[in-house]
Amino acid sequence: MATLDSKIPSGPLAEKWRKHKTEIKLVNPANKRKYEVIVVGAGLAGSSAASSLADLGYKVKCFVFHDSPRRAHSIAAQGGINAAKNYQNDGDSVHRLFYDTLKGGDYRAREANVHRLAEVSVNIIDQCVAQGVPFAREYGGLLANRSFGGAQVSRTFYARGQTGQQLLLGAYSALSRMVGAGAVDLHTNSEMLDLVVVGGQAKGVIIRNLVTGEITRHSADAVILATGGYGNVFNLSTYARGSNATAIWRAYKRGACMANPCYTQIHPTCIPVSGDYQSKLTLMSESLRNDGRIWAPKKAGDTRAPAAIPESERDYYLERLYPSFGNLAPRDIASRAAKRVCDEGRGVGSTGLGVYLDFADAIKRLGEPAVRERYGNLFDIYHEITAESAYKAPMRIYPAVHYTMGGLWVDYNLMSNIPGLFVLGEANFSDHGANRLGASALMQGLADGYFVIPYTIGDYLAGQKPGSRPAAEAPEFQQAEANVRGQTTRFLATKGKQPVSHFHKKLGKIMWDRCGMARTKAGLEAALQEIPALREEFNASVNVPGSADTLNQSLEQAGRVADFLDLGELMCRDALTREESCGGHFREEHQYPDGECKRDDEKFGHVAAWEYQGEGKTPVRNTEALNYEFTKMSVRNYK
Amino acid sequence: MVAASTLKTFSVTLRVWRQAGPAATGAFVDYPAKDISPDMSFLEMLDVVNDELTAKGIEPIAFAHDCREGICGTCSCTINGKPHGPGKGIATCQTYMRSFNDGDTIVVEPFRARAFPVVKDLVTDRAAFDKIQQSGGFITARAGSAPDANALPIPKGDADLAMDAAQCIGCGACVAACKNASAMLFVSAKVGHLGLLPQGQAERDRRVLAMVNTMDTLGFGSCTNQYECSAACPKLISHDFIARMNRDYLTASLRSAFKPAPANTGGGAA
Repeated sequence: MATLDSKIPSGPLAEKWRKHKTEIKLVNPANKRKYEVIVVGAGLAGSSAASSLADLGYKVKCFVFHDSPRRAHSIAAQGGINAAKNYQNDGDSVHRLFYDTLKGGDYRAREANVHRLAEVSVNIIDQCVAQGVPFAREYGGLLANRSFGGAQVSRTFYARGQTGQQLLLGAYSALSRMVGAGAVDLHTNSEMLDLVVVGGQAKGVIIRNLVTGEITRHSADAVILATGGYGNVFNLSTYARGSNATAIWRAYKRGACMANPCYTQIHPTCIPVSGDYQSKLTLMSESLRNDGRIWAPKKAGDTRAPAAIPESERDYYLERLYPSFGNLAPRDIASRAAKRVCDEGRGVGSTGLGVYLDFADAIKRLGEPAVRERYGNLFDIYHEITAESAYKAPMRIYPAVHYTMGGLWVDYNLMSNIPGLFVLGEANFSDHGANRLGASALMQGLADGYFVIPYTIGDYLAGQKPGSRPAAEAPEFQQAEANVRGQTTRFLATKGKQPVSHFHKKLGKIMWDRCGMARTKAGLEAALQEIPALREEFNASVNVPGSADTLNQSLEQAGRVADFLDLGELMCRDALTREESCGGHFREEHQYPDGECKRDDEKFGHVAAWEYQGEGKTPVRNTEALNYEFTKMSVRNYK
Repeated sequence: MVAASTLKTFSVTLRVWRQAGPAATGAFVDYPAKDISPDMSFLEMLDVVNDELTAKGIEPIAFAHDCREGICGTCSCTINGKPHGPGKGIATCQTYMRSFNDGDTIVVEPFRARAFPVVKDLVTDRAAFDKIQQSGGFITARAGSAPDANALPIPKGDADLAMDAAQCIGCGACVAACKNASAMLFVSAKVGHLGLLPQGQAERDRRVLAMVNTMDTLGFGSCTNQYECSAACPKLISHDFIARMNRDYLTASLRSAFKPAPANTGGGAA
């Protein structure tokens, strides 16, 4: 059994982080350059961590599977980033942001982590502006804000509909500066395929160069994974096609615990699926819910064009059900409401899986030019994909997989249960509980990279003797490399009948049907039969053409889908064991009469951290109790 | 409500550049793409064709892609002679098959430029862009030392114009579209974005000098003001930024001629 010591500092909530920073160990400047740190991933969390650590004087090696760090999928975040600046004078505070985030997560996150996130949120905005991130501004030159779901204040900073892009390019510029200065050794087209654990501590990685196929060993004093979420286990999602769980999954297989894998976020406003060839779902930013009104026909089976449905026959169901938050209800709640409407036969579009997001009122109130200025690029995206104009007719939207709150277990220092292995951003589990509020992912990624890891990694490294990292010739490295080579050879030798995509699509369908927006005991039990069967089929009949010593995209995908097959099974196991509903995890057996989540704090007020036991063996479920010292776990109410 | 175009499928012929590796000789090869839905994206059509090729024992076509929503800048094909295909202001991944007709032959090739060597098939190596960024495409701002974000008001017009330039996705279409394979639009977008902001003033001269000099050493050609770059740009970044950069470069060169240049124009922490 793994020991899960959260290492939450003692003392009042608002003092914990400050106190911790003054108490943890430091590494003196002359010693910093003697430590080598590996950072895997260069999205918001990875780039900000790599550049900040290099700026402190650590030797940093950064690996990204993309051809450039600027391609990481943080770039696609549209809406914004939260910060408790209270620039609007509307009553915001660190405490409110903390409370909203904790409540939004349905009381399944750690109090101390969330409070720290809210505290450093204000530094992030300062940091990004100093880097030249062109946030939206008012005519007076001050920063503008908008509202996002789950909050009653305007605390979201944004750069048109491309906030993630601008924040990532800011972090990328910081990283580029350190690469140019020789302080970061950047390896692009480089995928981590194994974690090397020596003497119980994370001391290196095995990397495959995706262009040449070369496999190399890299030793270090500490390893940071900032490799993002695992939503592509569903095949169809708003993730990039290349987003994968391989780095965290291989770390799991080396002993890192996987926490709350069943907590996935289904985003309410995405463009509906149009056909089975589809590779990707496109998000329509939550910011649209500031001005767009969501509705469906009152009558089931109403196939009239939206304009032909009179006001009296429309159901603005979010406004009706959640009058105080209206269209800005949190994502999990808005998604389930859309599903219920469609399950009642009131869905729109050719598939019946869609509801309207209507801007007619906003256009009437503000005029088309103002709406175009706020959301023009999103309306353009919608038009490209559907060939429909959202200025003339309402958008059709449906929920889609968007984010994973679960991830590798980490303590307050962001270190996993394997000493020396740190996990940042979406790849860890720590801050969003069972549901993430909008504009919080960017906040967490940058908080972890700029303002948490630079402090906490020192506490670990101070206990490591400089120069003590193992040589890359150590037997653990050889074994890990052999492991990677073995898998590659197996994939290429199978020479089956079906392309990798066939299995990914099938897995995605199982996951969406059984472990998607609504889950049942029977469905999850069925999935736990179906997934192993699919894995067997994959192992026996996958067709991976080409060779291992060149760019081979089928081979890359085969490794990722193999990991998704394992991870999908663990997600279903986690969802089956968690006999309650909370946030994005909705078990039909556990709901209030009005369809809201029914939590069971007594039995499940904890983190479930799964521990690998070996191929084909049932993993062990460890728990970390969530002790709420300052907040009362209560029933979420957005009505 | 179903768009009329979803009602029937059609077929096209793909004429695709196949090249096994950087040193190999490439050639166009024709493949049929049958029963294509007009609602498919261009890349989804390539997915379908690739699965068919795999089934036939032919190695699938390597193509660069990731976000598939026009923001990551990974996708990079030249379609029918136009970088990112026929649509204006969009990337290849945002190109939908409804832009083509039944029976069309669609020519697909990698971005062609000396500074972007072909890796395989439609994939090119655009690391040169990263090298330009590393030489000076940043504002030095160490985490922890930033003043309050509202301490420095920035006129909305300046911030908006900076954002117009900052939207660059780093795809390289501007280079592929230019007969000289010039990277002026890419470099000027970064120089313009940072140079328009008050935070960017301290390093303004060294930035433009370093980035332009690095660009010149990496094999990109010169700008001859034909503006194919901004026409091909998926974010429609204006070539006005090139003029702005030329002005910055000239001023910075003059200033550096009359006073010693900063010690470390090569970028990085001094």
